[in-house]
Amino acid sequence: MSSYILSLMTFIPLFAGIIIASLAIFSKKKESEEEQDSLDGLIKWIALGVTLISFGFAIWAYFKYDPTKVFDLNAKNANMQLTEHYYWIRSFHITYYVGIDGLSVLMLLLTGFVSVVGVLASWNIKKKVKGYYALYLILIAAMYGVFIALDFFLFYVFWELMLLPMYFLIGIWGGPRKEYAAIKFFIYTLIGSLFMLLAIIALYYNLPAGQHTFNIIDMIKHADHYASIKILGLPFDKVVWLALFFGFAVKIPMFPFHTWLPDAHVQAPTPISIILAGVLLKMGTYGILRVNYTIFPHATMWAATGIAVFGVINIVYGAMVAMAQRDLKKMIAYSSVSHMGYVMLGMAGMTAAAMNGAVLQMFSHGIITAMLFMLVGVIYERAHHRVIDNFGGIAQLMPIYAAFAGIAWFAALGLPGFSGFIAEALVFLGSFKNLQPYVIIAALSVILTAGYMLWSYQRVFFGPIKEDMAAKYHYRSFKDLSIRELIILAPLAITAIIVGFYPKIVLSMMDGTLSALVNYVTK
Amino acid sequence: MAKYLFLIPLFPLIGAVFNALFGYSIHKKKGEKPIHWLAILMPVASFVVAVMVFVNLASQSGEHKLLTNHLFEMVNIEFVKINMAFAVDQLSAVMILIVTGVGSLIHIYAVGYMHGDESYWRFFSYLNIFLFAMLLLVMGDNLIVMFFGWEGVGFASYALIGFWYKDVNNASAGMKAFIVNRIGDFGFLVGFFLLFWGLSGAWTEVGHHYVMGEEHFTITFTELHKLFANEEFVNAFKAKTFMGVSLATLVPLLLFVGATGKSAQIPLYVWLPDAMAGPTPVSALIHAATMVTSGVYMISRLNFLFSISPWVMVVITGIGALTALFAASIALVQRDIKKVLAYSTVSQLGYMFIAVGTGAYWAGIFHVMTHAFFKALLFMGAGSVIMGMHHEQDMFYMGGLRKKMPKTHMTMLLATISIAGLPGLAGFFSKDEILWKAFATENQAISWWPYLVWGMGALAALFTSFYMFRLYFMTFSGENRADRIPVTTHHGDDEHHGHHEIKESPSSVTIPLMILAFLATFAGYIGMPHLFHALPNYLEHWLEPVFETSTEHIHLRHGLEHSLGLEWGLMTVSIVLAFVGFFVAKRFYNNNPLIEDDPNNIPAKLKKKFAMFHEILFQKYFVDELYFFFVVNNLLRLNNLLSWFDGKIIDGIVNNVALVVKIFTFFAGAIDKYIVDGMVKGVGNIVFTLNRRVAALQTGRIQTYVIGMSAGLVLIIIIRYILL
Repeated sequence: MSSYILSLMTFIPLFAGIIIASLAIFSKKKESEEEQDSLDGLIKWIALGVTLISFGFAIWAYFKYDPTKVFDLNAKNANMQLTEHYYWIRSFHITYYVGIDGLSVLMLLLTGFVSVVGVLASWNIKKKVKGYYALYLILIAAMYGVFIALDFFLFYVFWELMLLPMYFLIGIWGGPRKEYAAIKFFIYTLIGSLFMLLAIIALYYNLPAGQHTFNIIDMIKHADHYASIKILGLPFDKVVWLALFFGFAVKIPMFPFHTWLPDAHVQAPTPISIILAGVLLKMGTYGILRVNYTIFPHATMWAATGIAVFGVINIVYGAMVAMAQRDLKKMIAYSSVSHMGYVMLGMAGMTAAAMNGAVLQMFSHGIITAMLFMLVGVIYERAHHRVIDNFGGIAQLMPIYAAFAGIAWFAALGLPGFSGFIAEALVFLGSFKNLQPYVIIAALSVILTAGYMLWSYQRVFFGPIKEDMAAKYHYRSFKDLSIRELIILAPLAITAIIVGFYPKIVLSMMDGTLSALVNYVTK
Repeated sequence: MAKYLFLIPLFPLIGAVFNALFGYSIHKKKGEKPIHWLAILMPVASFVVAVMVFVNLASQSGEHKLLTNHLFEMVNIEFVKINMAFAVDQLSAVMILIVTGVGSLIHIYAVGYMHGDESYWRFFSYLNIFLFAMLLLVMGDNLIVMFFGWEGVGFASYALIGFWYKDVNNASAGMKAFIVNRIGDFGFLVGFFLLFWGLSGAWTEVGHHYVMGEEHFTITFTELHKLFANEEFVNAFKAKTFMGVSLATLVPLLLFVGATGKSAQIPLYVWLPDAMAGPTPVSALIHAATMVTSGVYMISRLNFLFSISPWVMVVITGIGALTALFAASIALVQRDIKKVLAYSTVSQLGYMFIAVGTGAYWAGIFHVMTHAFFKALLFMGAGSVIMGMHHEQDMFYMGGLRKKMPKTHMTMLLATISIAGLPGLAGFFSKDEILWKAFATENQAISWWPYLVWGMGALAALFTSFYMFRLYFMTFSGENRADRIPVTTHHGDDEHHGHHEIKESPSSVTIPLMILAFLATFAGYIGMPHLFHALPNYLEHWLEPVFETSTEHIHLRHGLEHSLGLEWGLMTVSIVLAFVGFFVAKRFYNNNPLIEDDPNNIPAKLKKKFAMFHEILFQKYFVDELYFFFVVNNLLRLNNLLSWFDGKIIDGIVNNVALVVKIFTFFAGAIDKYIVDGMVKGVGNIVFTLNRRVAALQTGRIQTYVIGMSAGLVLIIIIRYILL
């Protein structure tokens, strides 16, 4: 079984999702309400089991993964590990090719962790339960797929596969403006993928005759070839680099293509926000590292400063806009924009330290933002509103909740002792060598982030209970965190703290891969 | 002993975590006792280990005494190598003793002060976590561990200032403290990056390799010290510039910005007076004795870096002197007893910066120590007074407490004498040493600078003596004025004030006061001025090896090396100033009933005569208002502008493009339907089909569509490839 870890991890949730979906389609509608409910209850547990199994496989992959074998084009599979390679569509050289390195193994762990958290956060969903979990599991499968695919066509299929369930999950289970948010998300990402598709086709057809392939590793071997040819009179690699980058940048989301994110978050149900911010955004930066950096090292160096500029804009602009928000969830959404900027800055830093910082930030942001969205969900479920100024004094009513929110808020503002600090510090220290002015501007965020985080915390949790609001929204009847909510939040908090004090646990896993990547790009 | 160093911060951490997790239920079931026993035991245990460490260190032979304890590696990538490691040398040993010693006393004091608070457990948990962070700060073997502590104390301070968060003002004060500190941290971080950049990979051709003989450059203080002891390296470091400024100037100045935040200097001092919103033990521990001195500690720790550039020293002494004078002038007229002490703390911290700025690092640490004793005592005494006065903090309603609170009175009097600089007590020795060094040390950049700094420092000393005795007389002398408290202005949560009997605080409060009073009186004798040749200066001698590299850059001015006469003269001036302050305060406030029309009420007359001047001082020069108007306001406006830009412009473009595409697809759809069937491609098509599907979605069963669409999309992609 161990040679199929990656496939099992991906396809178990996919098939489980399809089975649940067909169950929903083919089951007779006349069943009594009670039976429906018991089946729904069962499906929740099945979904939990399936995500746990996949998470288990991800952990297994982590233990099987050998961090000493790093990216090397001369080695078999370029030292990608746990590879599986089969023909799929022979006439177009499309293969089923999966494998992992230090970067993807970390993303798999994150996906596994956050997907379990997501199921637990979905526990109270009552509407169309079967459909929900069917879509949810397909979404999870697609995310795993993106992180393991080494064939560009396969990558694209998983990338698109993720889009649909997301669209429906926001569009059906979302808030009041769900259709708008869902379609905005869908179209935005689709336009991005369109560019990606064109780029893939261009990559395929511009290989020397007889060597056509979608295999990313083989494409990397042709990096010099790509750098030497032209398309429409322009350098091929730069044009294709930009097309791919646009596709990925929408996902990050990079300024100015970020406006779908606040809408999607505000409308999405809590667990979907958790998945969206926790894992989905990372697919953008993951794609850039997996594809742009490897196939186009020259173009990447050419564009590095540009990435840094947009990274800094994301950081500072995101933080300032976050400070102006009145809706708590929207504020957190903009904080994601800001925090993903660190990833871009670190990627552009072109040192191993900065790159490690960037990827650690991907992981850390996944954990911390999952916590933040969960916490917003907790209060929204009780109050049915999220207007920051209408709260106040919540700490008196829900002390445990306030404590966890305190942990998450301080983790998000980069307090040492939490994973976010190490990631930011590495990004800054590592990037400083090549990008001094950008780092200095970006470092302003230590003030701005503290500003919007603490200000919002104060308005929600501190001060006296506002009597008029308490009467209107029944604050006084609020219950503190339930056991289920604790089970969701505590592991996330503990992970953030462990990584914060002992980051080596994560860094040692990916350092080899990322250092090799930086060496390869900058050589 | 070295391998047990980690125990010192570990104990408070255990206490903090335990009380955080179980404190609530223990408090509910078993009451306050188990909570505070654990919380006190932990710092006391740390103190015991710290004493053992100190003894061990002292028994080491040789000049450079050092104990290190490497726990684990945190990061080891390329040129960034960070270890969780502790190191204790002579300097950190002194700091650990102060932190754990004074910390333990304040924990004991808090038992009495916080008695009956509903969040008793939370308070002690925070207090322990503060000690943990503070110990990381002083024991860290490298800048990163120090920064863990640096930010950790910031967090603890935030939590404790806003401890009574039901009052939104307390919470705001906490937030302000954290954010203002973060402004300092911005400078600190940039300085840190530049330092790191100056040391690492970027300039290997000039190179530190031959100095270090190692591939990986680490950032432990010991290694940094070695580097900066190397003249060749120092010259290379001076020659390296960033934006045209030498790193030797830029790095220390930026780090100093961090220090102005944490140690409340101009322009970032504004958070400290507000921080008095926290419970009084917090003011004593964090905002007087320990945390606020961390900037001084940081500079002393990195003394080899700060002593290279004379301009850096001009800036630090200048800011220090200005802060000392400025804050002291505000303290002259404040009515709130804690506000006086807060501005006094800012002012005293200014003295410490004068010391480290001049290169008299040991004197700075000396003042850190004596200040920790007398200022902690003053705050705790003030807390005792506030308890006695049933949470009234306005000194105009106090008075006459000498008889009612004899122990508090006695200890407060000693602390007042000590801080005012009357000869013989601890504060006199440390402050006098600082003023002497400020006067006598040569400044290579501006030759007259020492006179200016000394003048400002001396004037501030006069102010100090006056406002402290003003506080003393207003609080303790004459008759009690509690009956004048207007009913509307009741502070805290105490419902019935004034009419209750005023009595002495419990022994858990007064015993720590007495211990501190002893220290505030006699601690000065470990750092005797070298005028008294016969008496040894233990502290200077003990700290000397830590600062030996920088003392090479620091010289007394020509001709002053042996001029004992001048030193005697300056000392006399200080003593005279202290007595002048005392007598004026006595004349103004002793036994003064402070009735507006009373002919003996000189201060009231002066206030009337110089009303505007008084108002400026009383309103603290309106600095908070200015900051709010110019900085905070504009930032918020800019944020709103950007938010508007984001929603209306950026998102507006997105929506308008979508609208155009929609219209286009509508026509395309029409053409598609009626004219050329199957000709539509691209974006329009996708949007169009999507619109239809969304419409269908409302009625149909979505599960069908999910499967249909995923299968369909995959199929379409595959077909598209095959057909291409």
